[in-house]
Amino acid sequence: MSGPLVAIRDVRKRFGSFEALKGVSLDVPRGEVLCLIGASGSGKTTLLRCVNQLTEVDAGGIWLDGELLGSRIDGGRLHRLSESQIARQRRRTGMVFQRFNLFAHMTALQNIVEGPVQVLRRPPGEATAEASELLRRVGLADKAASYPAELSGGQQQRVAIARALAMKPELMLFDEPTSALDPELVGEVLAVMRELAASGMTMIVVTHELGFAREVADRVVYMDGGTIVEQGAPADILAHPREPRTQAFLSAVIRR
Amino acid sequence: MSGKGTHVAGFPDLSDLPAARRTHWGRWLAAGIIVFLILLLARAFAGGQIEWPYVARFLTVPVILDGIRNTVIMAVLAMALGIAIGVAIAVMRLSPNPVLKSVAAGYTWLFRGTPLILQLLLWFNLALVFPVIGIPGLWSARAVDVMTPFLSALLGLGINQGAYTSEVIRAGILSVDSGQFEAAQSIGMGRLMTLWRIVLPQAMRVVLPPLGNEFIGMVKATSLASVIQYPEVLHNAENIYYANSRVIELLIVAGLWYLLVVSVLTPLQMLLERHFARGIAKVRR
Repeated sequence: MSGPLVAIRDVRKRFGSFEALKGVSLDVPRGEVLCLIGASGSGKTTLLRCVNQLTEVDAGGIWLDGELLGSRIDGGRLHRLSESQIARQRRRTGMVFQRFNLFAHMTALQNIVEGPVQVLRRPPGEATAEASELLRRVGLADKAASYPAELSGGQQQRVAIARALAMKPELMLFDEPTSALDPELVGEVLAVMRELAASGMTMIVVTHELGFAREVADRVVYMDGGTIVEQGAPADILAHPREPRTQAFLSAVIRR
Repeated sequence: MSGKGTHVAGFPDLSDLPAARRTHWGRWLAAGIIVFLILLLARAFAGGQIEWPYVARFLTVPVILDGIRNTVIMAVLAMALGIAIGVAIAVMRLSPNPVLKSVAAGYTWLFRGTPLILQLLLWFNLALVFPVIGIPGLWSARAVDVMTPFLSALLGLGINQGAYTSEVIRAGILSVDSGQFEAAQSIGMGRLMTLWRIVLPQAMRVVLPPLGNEFIGMVKATSLASVIQYPEVLHNAENIYYANSRVIELLIVAGLWYLLVVSVLTPLQMLLERHFARGIAKVRR
């Protein structure tokens, strides 16, 4: 398949009177690490949630590997997919949340095994072995039996990344993965994401970590007011922004 | 840092002083008054028109033991039915489907809005409405044969309980963080699997204390089934005092049995609560 892994075309979304996305189009080729930056309310999180269908688009379309998400074209009309068909489409993307959202009643290992065993119906023995390997990969092999409440924020987020990876997704979405963390815990999560990017995973990352974007991203997209204002290589966008809005945002973030 | 024995000039050293025991005069006084009142009450009952030997004798007669066994069986089965219905109704109530939502709301309205004893009598007398019940062409029977006191009591108590339990379960589901739903969706779970695997187990922690309350209520509500001839402990106690006129003695016998059953339930509930608090209790310690 030669087309982009993710194709976003003229996506619009409004919440009541607030227009969160005003026609956004974006292609993400396979293997790319894309960082979405922008002030809160700029629509970057909404765009990410639309890709995972946690938010339903009002207009426009998103294609994953050529497959239209959330709807089906039949007889010249759009038919909304059923809940279970949407659930099936979601298995191909992994999502990491700002607030981790680990299942509170399960240990770290159980959190990771849950999807493969319950959703993909994989044999528990195999899934557990893979989950242990994933825990080792995020540096938490000794925390398999710990409950989320016993882990630090950074550890919880690393388990959450492992949980998403256990579904063997083609695309990983990160919604401000380090925003809820104490400053000293940010590094360990970014290190795992850096390793993941190096392994060739396609990633869309909503972030305020400009250092991470500069170092790891293939492309940086700056959003404001529900539209894409400027995009390009991190060195260009972060060091020499052309648009006044981008310049204002970056200087505000860096001064902080 | 200042160690034991050293002290800042001008302030006495506190480290060697023993703590004095506080005397709670108010508590001693209140306890004394209560004990005195209980003794008065006990004396009144001891001297009253109660033949205590009868209470001791009838406490373990086969009819009473049968009765308490039927009470416990009915309470457990009706509660199980109530929880099953309650979960289903709560899930329907929270569904995006307007038809399911209205059905659930209507169910709660109907069975919570009429007295339990009236519902029991309706089930028991169903034969007056439908003399023959069944599935056309497959199976049919006379309603009087089907609606035994046991089945009438089970349906009446269980269906009524379902209406109350659904609200308890719904509150539990609403108490679970919405991030848990989204995380479950993000790994490809459907609505029902999300509820069953992720949300309900976490809701249990919130649901159990009121549910324990409801179960204790159910144990006592089974006594209403005595009006439709279900042989639970109160019904059997009544049958005995119709014959021997020892009314108060037999009511005390039944009362003691209810107290015993409820007393056994309380530690069971604590065990269950501990189980469903896993992942949370460990940290609070």
